[in-house]
Amino acid sequence: MNISQSWWKILGAVLVIYSTVYGFLSTVPALPILHQSIRNLYFHVPMWFAMIVLFSISVFHSIKFLNNGNEDSDLKAVQSVNAGIVFGILGIVTGAIWARFTWGQAWSFDVKQNFAAIALLLYFAYLILRNAIDEEQKRAKISAIYNIFAFPMMVVLLFVLPRIGDSLHPGNGGNPGFNAYDLDSRMRMVFYPACAGWIMIGYWIYTLLARVAKLEKKKTL
Amino acid sequence: MKSLTTTFVLLLVSMQLFAQPQESAVVDTLAGSEKIYVVAACALLILLALLFLLFSVDRRVKKLEKKSEGK
Repeated sequence: MNISQSWWKILGAVLVIYSTVYGFLSTVPALPILHQSIRNLYFHVPMWFAMIVLFSISVFHSIKFLNNGNEDSDLKAVQSVNAGIVFGILGIVTGAIWARFTWGQAWSFDVKQNFAAIALLLYFAYLILRNAIDEEQKRAKISAIYNIFAFPMMVVLLFVLPRIGDSLHPGNGGNPGFNAYDLDSRMRMVFYPACAGWIMIGYWIYTLLARVAKLEKKKTL
Repeated sequence: MKSLTTTFVLLLVSMQLFAQPQESAVVDTLAGSEKIYVVAACALLILLALLFLLFSVDRRVKKLEKKSEGK
């Protein structure tokens, strides 16, 4: 492993290890209902950030594909969606576990939960759309255009629409985010490295998937 | 016979009085200890997902290795 090229992998690993250890050991503000489960902030939220970054990478490669028609860009767009979906599912399931013990139900049909699920379905549809088209160039072009439309939809579903209705989720529907007053400086010291670390690990997973997929595509190995 | 039936029915009815709204042991554990096990469960889930990913990538690489050996 070349250090000059792989430093971010090591950094990502160190940040994730740090945030996991201190996620359990650091002091947190004592809040009703949440109690110690507030530490889930270091695990549940970075999953979504990693997903959003991976989907952004996907859009970047989709636009690149429409510009140059290079199959490699198409492959990268799919694989970053694949990696992003893993983090999205982790985000929604960890959210459901957390909700079960704080909101009372795993799925209380909260606006944030519903729209997050729809946002994930948008990307499932992207993969299904790809499977439905046999011709390679056509598939790449249509799915690239779909992807460019799906991304702003996802952002709206996750960050705009939940703010309109009432929501139990912090940061939505009149509920203040953790940022407002609960996320104190001690929590930030763990939360930001956790986000940065998981984004790097997510990117690492994406590069691995893309490399394997690229080799699989090669007929003569 | 009638008294026996009555006794049985009354027994069944009184059973409800003893029945507590009981959650499973897993749910009780997760809800206890200030809910720290909720975090542990989530961390475990993330770990399991990453391990699953590792296995799936491993399988794909193995296939590639076989393919390259055949040449």
